Amino acid sequence: MTTRLERNVTYGILAVFTVIALTPVIGVLSTAFGSQSSLDTGFSLPSGGLHWNNFTDAWSRGHFGTYLGNSVLVTAVVVAATTVLAVLAAYAFGVMRFPGSTVLFYLFVIGLTLPQEALVVPLYFDLRHAELTDTSWALILPQTAQSLAFGVFWMRTYFRGSARAVIEAARLDGANTWTTLWRVLVPMGRPAISTMVVITFMWTWNEFLMALVMVSDEAHRTVPLGLAFFQGQHSSDAVLLAAASVLIALPVVVVYVALQRRFIEGMLGGAVKE
Amino acid sequence: MKITALTRAYRRRAPGEPRAIGYLYIAPALAVYAVFLLYPFGQSVWLSFVHWDGLSVATPAGLDNYRALFADPALRAPFRHALLLLVFYSALPVAIGLLLAAVMSRVRVRGMTFFRTVLFLPQVLALIVVGVAWRSILAPDGLLNDALRAVGLGGLARPWLGDYTWALPAVGVVGTWVGTGLCMVLFLAGAQRIPRELYEAARMDGAGPLREFLAVTLPGLRPQIAVALTLTIVAGLRNFDLIYITTSGGPGNATSVPAYEVYHRAFETNQVGSAAAVGVALTALIFVLTVTVSRLVEGRRA
Repeated sequence: MTTRLERNVTYGILAVFTVIALTPVIGVLSTAFGSQSSLDTGFSLPSGGLHWNNFTDAWSRGHFGTYLGNSVLVTAVVVAATTVLAVLAAYAFGVMRFPGSTVLFYLFVIGLTLPQEALVVPLYFDLRHAELTDTSWALILPQTAQSLAFGVFWMRTYFRGSARAVIEAARLDGANTWTTLWRVLVPMGRPAISTMVVITFMWTWNEFLMALVMVSDEAHRTVPLGLAFFQGQHSSDAVLLAAASVLIALPVVVVYVALQRRFIEGMLGGAVKE
Repeated sequence: MKITALTRAYRRRAPGEPRAIGYLYIAPALAVYAVFLLYPFGQSVWLSFVHWDGLSVATPAGLDNYRALFADPALRAPFRHALLLLVFYSALPVAIGLLLAAVMSRVRVRGMTFFRTVLFLPQVLALIVVGVAWRSILAPDGLLNDALRAVGLGGLARPWLGDYTWALPAVGVVGTWVGTGLCMVLFLAGAQRIPRELYEAARMDGAGPLREFLAVTLPGLRPQIAVALTLTIVAGLRNFDLIYITTSGGPGNATSVPAYEVYHRAFETNQVGSAAAVGVALTALIFVLTVTVSRLVEGRRA
């Protein structure tokens, strides 16, 4: 029962906001394929064909090959560790009852709103004391701890909602808690787990402050840190800067386009308290 | 009789099995979490009560570092900026999102998946990349100034991020760009869940678009508004990356925010105690604001 006018207004508004959302993205993309001789520090249009060599330049001259390697390593370890630890803890919080479980669970929930800025200063001095700064551990350990807040919260909701009958049936079949978890609940919980995995992946991949504080030698830089330094050194080189930006954003955007439901669900769900 | 007793016993056991083995499942996560999150936060609180340059011996400071938050203009400014930025990071995205949801809730949109994917996209980009992109837009010869000149408003063109008056709103607009899509997606999803009958009833009663929005859409979206405010406030106050990459707090300290001040003081000017106090105060501010939101908007008596 909607009028033609309402339809047109709706699609018009959507179109305007789509353009606004995409302008910076397309600007960076088009600049990334531009000619490096351009002196414009703003966006530019590619002239004389697409300059794919910008990416190889950013890769080699900007050392983004090394940075990507570091980011992959840190992200892979953080995601794997968070997944296993969060599933174990959330399982206990979700289906078992023991004294102190509520208080312990709230300790994890606090981490959802605790800002990194309130942790990073002592963490730096602690890790430097342990001679772990300028290693991947200085990024992996704190980021795993921070991801656990979301992981435990998110997975507990899944375990809470899992059918009690299924757990009972597994137990009647002689399964202990360990087999029930890995043989029954984890396979059933693949959607919830994949949401946690993509969110942790995105947060870890995009993390900047921790890397800025913990890493001073070039060999351990992650890609966001690499881009920040790259901007400091080549701020006039808009083309290479854009190419490097594309290299950084691409992995997350590809996964996002493929699994956007999981991303949106996870990012909006983190704030929905019970 | 026996059966009811059994089910009652079962019900009393719900929602969980009483099992001490639960501690074993929690132990590994709790260990990592306690050592690398809870303990450092405790240390932050301790550091906020001392004077320390990061090298020599720390000396007790009592409440000095906290008093300075109110007395020192160089520390008051970041908090003032942060609250002002919340207008751009939180209030504007929520307002724009609501407006659009109100207009669009009357129409069943085709291709919603496409629009949702695009509108939400700014949320998944690294803020460092967002910062680099917007630096190009706001640069003296950037897209914004080019556009202003093209429509004959060249007089308004300026180096946005280098301008004492305009740098803060300019950084704010970037935050609005990041947050608006999130709010739209949340509200559109929420609006789809409001029963159609409520709208029909409102129209039968002769309600116009405004009345319909106030009586049906707004109350129906209460939980989503609370989520949107919480997410954007937390993200806005935690925001370090964007400031670091676009302005580094400048020009002067025109865009300095608490998150940036923590880094600046701890690692650039060696005022570790003061940095910790800013971090703890920021945490307190986030908690107060999120609790306020859940009480006022969600109407929860937590």
